Amino acid sequence: MRTTAPILDLTNVRFRWPGQASFGLSVPSFQIARGETVLLLGESGSGKSTLLSLICGTIRPDTGTVVVGETDLSNLTASGRDRFRGDHIGVIFQQFNLLPFGTVADNILLPLRFAPKRRARAKDPLKTAAELCSTLRLPASLLSAKAATLSVGQQQRVAVARALIGQPPIVIADEPTSSLDADSQAAFLDLLFKQVTKNGSSLLMVSHDHRLGDWFDRVVRMDDIATIERHAS
Amino acid sequence: MILRLAIASLLARALTVGMTVLAIALSVALFLGVEKVRTGAKASFANTISGTDLIVGARSGSVQLLLYSVFRIGNATNNITWDSYQDIAAQPQVDWIVPISLGDSHRQFRVMGTSPEFFARYKYRQGRSLAMTDGVVMADLFDAVIGADVATTLGYSVGDPIVVAHGLASFTEHKDQPFRISGILEKTGTPVDRTVIVSLEAIEAIHVDWQSGAQIPGQSTPVDVIRQMDLEPKAVTAALIGVKSPLQTFALQRAINEYPEEPLLAVLPGVALQELWAIVGVAETALLGVSAMVVVTALIGMMATIFSSLNERRREMAIFRAMGARPLIIVGLLVLEAMLTAAIGAVLGLSLLYLALFIAQPIVDSAFGLWLPIEAPSLRKLWVLVGVIAAGAIVSFVPALRAYRISLADGMLVRT
Repeated sequence: MRTTAPILDLTNVRFRWPGQASFGLSVPSFQIARGETVLLLGESGSGKSTLLSLICGTIRPDTGTVVVGETDLSNLTASGRDRFRGDHIGVIFQQFNLLPFGTVADNILLPLRFAPKRRARAKDPLKTAAELCSTLRLPASLLSAKAATLSVGQQQRVAVARALIGQPPIVIADEPTSSLDADSQAAFLDLLFKQVTKNGSSLLMVSHDHRLGDWFDRVVRMDDIATIERHAS
Repeated sequence: MILRLAIASLLARALTVGMTVLAIALSVALFLGVEKVRTGAKASFANTISGTDLIVGARSGSVQLLLYSVFRIGNATNNITWDSYQDIAAQPQVDWIVPISLGDSHRQFRVMGTSPEFFARYKYRQGRSLAMTDGVVMADLFDAVIGADVATTLGYSVGDPIVVAHGLASFTEHKDQPFRISGILEKTGTPVDRTVIVSLEAIEAIHVDWQSGAQIPGQSTPVDVIRQMDLEPKAVTAALIGVKSPLQTFALQRAINEYPEEPLLAVLPGVALQELWAIVGVAETALLGVSAMVVVTALIGMMATIFSSLNERRREMAIFRAMGARPLIIVGLLVLEAMLTAAIGAVLGLSLLYLALFIAQPIVDSAFGLWLPIEAPSLRKLWVLVGVIAAGAIVSFVPALRAYRISLADGMLVRT
C-alpha cells in the first residue's frame, strides 16, 4: 500500500498563537508515509494540540508548508481548508466525540454532510455506516439510538466508524483510549488498527502513554520533531 | 439532516427552549390579542351608528355634535327650533328624520326624547336594528324604554316606575310625572345601552311647570290636564336624517349648513366617527406599541438563553468543525435554531389567541358589547408572525457572532 510520496509533509513550519508572544511552535521536518501508523508521544503543553490544528488546517503556519496528500494547505482559503479536512481527514477525539442529541447514524454520517468527495466515496452512506458498525462490533440496532445513551467504549467505536467512513487517507486520533480502561483499550486499538489497515489509511495517534508503542509502525517523540519557544514575558 | 440535528438539539434542551418558546408564545398572543381588540374596538366604534346619513344639530364642532347626539357625552351648546326642524323635514331629499331631545337624566343615565321611528331607523353594527328583550315600545305618554345596561345596573324590569331628574347630576326631579318602564332593549354595545328613551312629547310634558331651568314654585299641573295639552316641542337637541339617495347627502348637508334662519351643522356620521377615532385611537396605538415591546423583550430573552448556552456547546461546535464545517455553518445552525424557536413560539401564540377568543368571545360581547370575530388569520397577522421569526433570526446574530469567534479560536479542539 505504501508509496513513496508521504501523506503528510511538514517543512520548516513555524507558528505563534496570535496575541500570545510567549508561545511558539516550530517543526523543521515531519513526514508520515501513506498507510503508515505513527504514535506521537508528548506530555501536555508540548504543543501537540497546536500541531494537530496545523495538520487539520484550523490554523495556518506563519511560515513553512503543511502538505496533506498533494495539497499544500497554505494555498487554501479558510473554508477551503475546512472542506479539505472534511474530505481527507478522519478525526477521533479523546472523549465527547459525538453529538449527544443525534442518533448514532447521524453522528457517523456527519462528516459526509460537509465533504462532497468523501460522500461520493462512501457510495451508499447508510449501508456503509451499518457495515462499519458491524465490523466494530456495534449492534445494528444502535444506529437509530441516541448517542447519549451509549457507553463510553461504544461512543469511541462510533467515533472510529465516523473517522473511517468515506475512507479518508489519514486518520488523526487525539488520545482516543485515555477514557477507556486497560481491557477496552486493547480491544479498541485492535478494532481501530484492523479498520485503518483495511481502509489503507494512515494513522497519526497522539498520546502520552509510551506502552502503546508496540501497535505502531513508528513512535515519534514530540521533542524530536518540534521545538517550543517560550519567552518569559 | 442539519435541520433534523437542529431540532434534536432543541429537544435535548427541551426545558430551557420550552421556557423561551412559552415566553415568545405569550408575547405574540398578547400582541395579536391587543391588535384584535383594537380592530374590534375600532369596528365596534365605527358601527355605533349606521344607516344614518346625516346628523343635524346646532352649529358647533362635528366631533362635539357626534359626542352628544350619539355618545351622550357632553352637552349641546344650543337647540334646533321646532320650526327649523320642520323645515329640514320638509326638504325633498329627506327620506326620514328622527328628532333627539336630551338634557334630563335618570340616576347616572341620560334620558333621550325621540319619536317611535327611532327604533326603526337607528341601526348599528352594519345595519342591525334595535330589539326588545322584554316589553314593547312606549305606547303611553309616560312610558319609557331602557337600554340593557340601565336595566342590569339598576335592576329594573318591565312595569317598574322611574322618576326622571332635571338636568344631569341633579337633585331636582320630575317627581310629579313618574314614568313606567314599558320595554327593555337588547344589548347593543352602543351608547343606547346606557340610555332611557321616552317620547318627545313626554319631555315636553315633564317640563310643563318649568321655566328657565327651574320649577315654577307652587305650580303643579295634574297629569290628566297635561294629557289634554298640546305637547308639540318648541325645540329639539339634534336629529338623525336618512336621505332618499346617497347622492343627495352632500347637497342636503350644504343646504343645512347654509340654513339662513338659524346656525345649524350637519355632519356625516362616518366622517365624524373617524375624526373622533383619530383622537381616542392614540391610546390604542400606545397599547399596541407596549405589546410590541413585550415581543421584543421575549426575543431578547431568547438571545440571552442562546448566549448562556454557548459555553456548554463549545464541544458540539468543535465536533462540527472537526467534521469539516466552516464557522459560518455554526452561525447558520444557531440562527436556524433561533428561527425554529421563534416560529414554534409564534405559531403557539397564534393558537393561544384563538383558544382565548373561543373562550372569551361571548363574555366580551355581553360584558362590553365588543364583538371579536373568529376568522382565519389575516395577511397582516401572518406578516406579524413572519416578522417575529425574522426578528428572532436577527437577535440571534449577536450570540451567533460570538459563537463564530469561539469556533474560529477553538478550531476542533476545545481550549479551556
